[in-house]
Amino acid sequence: MLQIRRDLVDAMVAHARRDHPDEACGVIAGPDESDRPERFIPMLNAARSPTFYEFDSADLLKLYRELDANDEVPVVIYHSHTATEAYPSRTDVAYASEPFAHYVLISTRDPETHELRSFRIVDGEVTEEPVEVVETYLFAHTGADDVPDQD
Amino acid sequence: MAVTVSIPTILRTHTGGEKSVEASGSTLAEVIESLENDHGGLKSRLVKEGTLHRFVNVYVNDEDVRFAGGLEAKVTDGDTVTILPAVAGG
Ligand SMILES: [Zn+2]
Repeated sequence: MLQIRRDLVDAMVAHARRDHPDEACGVIAGPDESDRPERFIPMLNAARSPTFYEFDSADLLKLYRELDANDEVPVVIYHSHTATEAYPSRTDVAYASEPFAHYVLISTRDPETHELRSFRIVDGEVTEEPVEVVETYLFAHTGADDVPDQD
Repeated sequence: MAVTVSIPTILRTHTGGEKSVEASGSTLAEVIESLENDHGGLKSRLVKEGTLHRFVNVYVNDEDVRFAGGLEAKVTDGDTVTILPAVAGG
């Protein structure tokens, strides 16, 4: 299961909407072994494409050095699908190489309602997991389910 | 020529969990051979048909080797080689 703060969900969705029709991508970092997404890091899609995304190679190196220095890991790796459902494509599966990350996909194909789903991708195998949106991690307080945006 | 190689999470099964290992060589190809000698199985995760796998980014210090000769990229004593899986998809 992915437990994630509402403001982080809102930030991913806003990024996906902003870059539509190109795919948006980024990371939410958290302390090593915490499995708790905390720090929102939108990345540039170097491919600037509606059907592909890729972190710029220099940005990728900078990101991982920063995570390492902070004892953080990419708890969430997110990207958007702008014309298809929020399910990992064959290409997504082929590239997936963080077995401990939650791969979050956001579909912006519907201008009114987004779709947000989370997956583990390990050794080419995709497993969907529930997403629990919370207001804060402090008290493990559970908020209402993710409400689709209305923009 | 001793270099330090930084290993990503997904490849640490080949290094007994180590985040960083020592290797030697004066080109990236030689460094990868040296890695393979000490940590069998790494080479095939990095190299495919004589070139670097497209799923992986390799840097010598701060430079992506794609822009520095690929497997022929020069490596000198004390350099850091960083291996990172590309974060990409469709
Ligand atoms: Zn995708």
